[in-house]
Parts: sequence; C-alpha cells; structure tokens
Amino acid sequence: MNAPDTALSNTAATGTSHDSAAHGYNFAYLDEQTKRMLRRALLKAVAVPGYQVPFASREMPLPFGWGTGGIQVTAAIIGKADTLKVIDQGSDETTNAVNIRRFFARTTGVATTRRTAEATIVQTRHRIPETPLTEKQILVYQVPMPEPLYRLEPRVAECKKLHALADYGLISVKLYEDIVHHGSIATTYDYPVIVNHRYLTSPSPIPKFDNPKMHMNPALQLFGAGRERRIHAIPPYTPVRSLDFDDHPFEVQKWQHACALCGSKESFLDEMIVDDAGTRMFVCSDSDYCHERRGDGDIESPAPLLPTARQGESA
Amino acid sequence: MYVAVKGGERAIEASWRRLDKARRGDTRIAELSVAQIREQLRLAVARVMTEGSVYDEELAALAIKQAAGDLVEAIFLLRAYRTTLPRFGYTRAIDTEAMQVERRISATFKDVPGGQLLGATYDYTQRLLDFALLAEGHDEGKHDADDMAHGSASGSDEASTQQPAGEPMPRVVALLDKEGLIEQERPSPDGAEPGDLSREPLAFPASRATRLQNLARGDEGFLLAMGYATQRGYAHSHPFAGEIRFGTIAVEMELDELGAAVEIGDLDITECQMINQFAGSGSVPPAFTQGYGLAFGHSERKAMAMALVDRALRAEELGETLASPTQDIEFMLSHSDNVEASGFVQHLKLPHYVDFQSELELVRKLRAQHRALGENASNHDAATGAHPATDREQAA
Repeated sequence: MNAPDTALSNTAATGTSHDSAAHGYNFAYLDEQTKRMLRRALLKAVAVPGYQVPFASREMPLPFGWGTGGIQVTAAIIGKADTLKVIDQGSDETTNAVNIRRFFARTTGVATTRRTAEATIVQTRHRIPETPLTEKQILVYQVPMPEPLYRLEPRVAECKKLHALADYGLISVKLYEDIVHHGSIATTYDYPVIVNHRYLTSPSPIPKFDNPKMHMNPALQLFGAGRERRIHAIPPYTPVRSLDFDDHPFEVQKWQHACALCGSKESFLDEMIVDDAGTRMFVCSDSDYCHERRGDGDIESPAPLLPTARQGESA
Repeated sequence: MYVAVKGGERAIEASWRRLDKARRGDTRIAELSVAQIREQLRLAVARVMTEGSVYDEELAALAIKQAAGDLVEAIFLLRAYRTTLPRFGYTRAIDTEAMQVERRISATFKDVPGGQLLGATYDYTQRLLDFALLAEGHDEGKHDADDMAHGSASGSDEASTQQPAGEPMPRVVALLDKEGLIEQERPSPDGAEPGDLSREPLAFPASRATRLQNLARGDEGFLLAMGYATQRGYAHSHPFAGEIRFGTIAVEMELDELGAAVEIGDLDITECQMINQFAGSGSVPPAFTQGYGLAFGHSERKAMAMALVDRALRAEELGETLASPTQDIEFMLSHSDNVEASGFVQHLKLPHYVDFQSELELVRKLRAQHRALGENASNHDAATGAHPATDREQAA
C-alpha cells in the first residue's frame, strides 16, 4: 500500500509556495527504505510493549522537538485509504497540528478529518482524545523524551541497564520524596506507567488525566521520539498501570467547573483568562469532543487540499 | 470569546506571506542570487555544507538565501533535503596527503617538507573595517594573478613554495612517526567497519569513528566553546597545531561494473591534526597523541575545535582521569547537533496549555493544603491575602 507515488513525484513544481503539493518527494515524504527501517522498529516495539527501540531517526522538514518522531511513525504506517487526524493539546486548530496535517496532505493526499471517530490514524501531542478509540484506529504520539528515568539518570547507557534489570527503585523513591515534600505525588503530566507488567514507560507529556485511557485500549498506541531516536508501543488491550502506592493511590485531575461551551464535567478542561481582571473560563481541551457534544454545525470541514495537490494525486 | 485556538490555519498562511516579504527585504535593492552567495559567501557555504552533511555548494547557497542568512536554519533545510536522498554506495577513503593544497601551516616546525603555505586567510588581516567595500563594484578585476594564493608563512622571507601540482604533500605528524614519537592513525585490517551515523542511531559507548562523524556534523559554536574549555583546564591535554591544511581532493568510487575506481568529483576540505601530550605508562613509552578534525570547504575554526574535542573525548581510551564534561562522550555527542538542539529549545514556543493546566491545578491544590496547614498551626498567620487569583476564578 505504500508503493512510491510516481504521480506525485513527476508533476512539475509550481513555484516556491510553502503550501503547494510536495513534488519530487515520495509518498509520505520518506523513501521506502526508511519506511521499512521504521516498520521494523515498530514491529519490535509492538512485540516488546513499553520497551524503547532505537531507530535511525531522520531529519524531517519540521524541527526536532516539534513532532518529528510522530511524523516518522505516521509516515511509515499511512496508506492512501487512511484518514488522518492531527491534534496538539487536544485541538485540531493549534498551529503545529495544522502544520503537520498540511504536511501529510501535501505529501500523501490522504483525507484528513477533525472527527476522532472518522480517523484511522490520530497523531497527537500531549492528549488522548476523549472519544473512546476502537480497534480500527492507531494513536500516534509525539514524544519529546521517551526515557521515564531521564530526570533521575541522564545517561542513556545507564538507563538501559536499569530497564534491563527492571530496577525501578529510583522512580519509586522520587514519588515517595514527592509525598514527603508536598503531601502527594507532584507529577501531573508525563506520569510514569508500567506497561504489560514489565517496562517502565513514559506516556509522553499527556496529563495524568489521560493515563487511564491507555489501559486496555482497543487501539494500537505508537510512540515516536525523533530527536531521541526511539520508538515504543502499547499494543491493543495491554495492561498499563500508573505508578502509585497502596496508601497514595493514583488519581486524576478533577475540576470544580464544567466546560463553558458544552457543559461536560468529564473532559479535561483548558483554562483561559478572558479579561484584564483575570476572569477565568474553562473549556474542553478536546475540540472535536466539545463540538460533537454541542451538536452544532460550527465544525468546519478540514482544509481542502489545494488544487495542485489534487492534480498531482489524480494524474 | 473563544478565539484563542481558532484561526491557526489562516495565521500560518499570513505568516508565510510575511516571511517571504521579510526575506526579500526592500525590492528597490537588487535580489541576491544563489551564485553570488556561493561565490562571495563561501565560508558560510562551507559551514552549511559541513553541518548540513551534504557537499553541494549550490544547494547550501540556496539554503542560505532561503533562510535569510540564518546558518543554523540553512543547515536544517539542507539536512531535511538530505534525508530524502538515496544512498547508492560508499566512496574510497580519501587520502589527504594527495590533496592539492591551497593553504597548509604547521605550528610545530619552522619549516616542513612541502613548506608552509599561507594561502587566503583572515589570520593576519588587521581587523579594520574596509570602508572601500562599501562602494559598489570597486573590487572588479583588482587582484593580481598570484599574490593571494600562496605566500610564505615561515619566518624566512623566501618566496612562496608552491606545491607542484600532483605531488603528494606528506603530513607533519607522519614525519614524527619516523622516531615513533606519535601514535599513528592507520586503518587496521581487523578493525571494525565504521558505523554510519546517518543510518544508525547514536548508541553508547560510541566508537571513535562514530564520535568523529558526530563532531563533523556538530555545531561549530558548541565545538568552539567546548574546545576552548579544554584549553582552560577542563580536560587539558596541551595541544599543538601539528598541521592545518585546506585544499582540493578527488573523490574516488569503486564501480562494480568496471572493477576499478573512478573519480566522481572534487571536494574542498579542511583538515586539522592536533598533537597532544601523553605521559605514557609503565608498558608504553611516552608518545604524543592526536586529535583530529575534518570539515568541508574552508572551515579552520571548526576543524581545530573538532580536533580539540576529539582529543578530549579520547580520555577514557588513553587511561586519563575523567574529570570534565568535555571528556564525557555521552554528554558531548548528545548535545553537539544544532538541528536537534535548535528544534528542542525552540519547541518551547509550541503550546503547552495542557501540561501547564495540570501544573496549575497541582500548585493550587498544594497551596490550599499549605494554607490549611498554616491555619491549623497558627490562626493569626492565616490572613495573608496571598491568593487573589483563585478567588477570581469563575466559570464564564
């Protein structure tokens, strides 16, 4: 399904626009050898849930730290029949989400969507959608730092040893010290988990609110860290436990407010300051979930592909 | 209300238009051509090629133009293009003794076989702004045939000793080898095949071949600062500039169909070999050690800094005490790449609403607990009025 797309690569370039279809590049930008390398790493990651598989991350046309790991994973798995959704902080509209969605629209011509339920691939930064995912979907996370131990042990070689020995005493001590200092565990996002009863794993900087959604999720969850050159995965229906203690059980954030737009009391809320007096307003971070609940016609269809991209696709 | 997350798409488009305009500048001034950048900003082109990891002067010049002169951005553009190129083979290792030398100096010997060739260098310019350059077109046809290319650099006033074309010029460190005074870099037949950092992830411990690949692509500013630190006592190993040479070298590739190597092009490269101290040990007599630097184009600062850092990173293999970050292989190699570093530092511009919201919620909770504790402990201390923000929260 990922054969080189000669139609895209043979069309003449049309000026220097930042948004014309990407002529002269393979389907989904990466060459097929690179995709094969990525897929091998992905297969290994799925076979050993939570284990960080090193891979030969490429320079991408977006900066390291801006989602290059997620982009490479998506590029390796996307096919022409896929429908892609890209979110950042839960929203399809944030600038980086828009940029990545455009990147794939330009280089693949696949359909894009803002509706979680319609997507076959959801690439995300910092959130898991509120709408439950299904077995037909893949969630691709952008990961800045895949190593859950890095604040405690910055040396990669040393962390590898700790994982090999399942020696996770450091992190337990850290959580314990949090309780001593603050009375509770002071980690609110990127909250460490144990995947499949074995590997200590970073869930990427999602709020701990989202951690329970990872547990036994029907969707395949893939994590790409481009700059750090590692991939890890949580296969469908895999147990994921957030670290805690018997007397300090894991809990998620709660709000005293409901979403000001849709009234949801179950979703993760963003706080906004709406006037100079510091008045706050709370709104769902997941923009699609909020739209769906309101059932209004406000939701815009995704940005249409530019005519040039369409021509390239059909030629 | 609720405009914060809308309109991102239109804003991006508007930003592109503004960027194009800003890059072009005042349209009454003639547009800069890629050929002009290539010819007249050759040192910028050299840096972009070196750290961009692609030897292509035209593409490097294009990247500089597109990046409006931001070299780190230009390096990034070139790297992103490089990713898409297929790899069709490996050339033969280049032999820098066969270089057609434009400039070659040694700080360890007054004169060396092949001579000291000063070449084109800023070293002995007096850094006075040349206001004549302000005038357009003043320098056309100004230079004489030979004067700049090869001047005498040694203490003597003899005429320049130009390298006869095609004659190999032996390296200074090879001369020291006759007395066994310096370790030599020779390929060993049973040595492991060097890895390819652009095809395999960086892993630790990293071999010297891998380290040199990393340093060659590494940020000049980072290497300069770290190399400088080694001179100031952070992993001091007393360097001498054994040799710095810049020139042109042919690249040969074995073609299976022909059963022979053919020249596929020329590279301009800068090479630096540092000679450093080494105390020796009970079993090994004292000998000098080496640090090595290599860069595309004329990039002496980069090559020298690279050689200093390379030597510092050999501390473990040479049995030296590890006392400084400049000797820490993982620390140095993980932070040398400016495409990675620039991306991650600047990713802080991306929205972090969700993480920040999580932290807000926690800090408020902790402060409430803290306040409650304070109230319990001493009632008179409670009315500090330090929490106005939380009092104003409301669901609009």
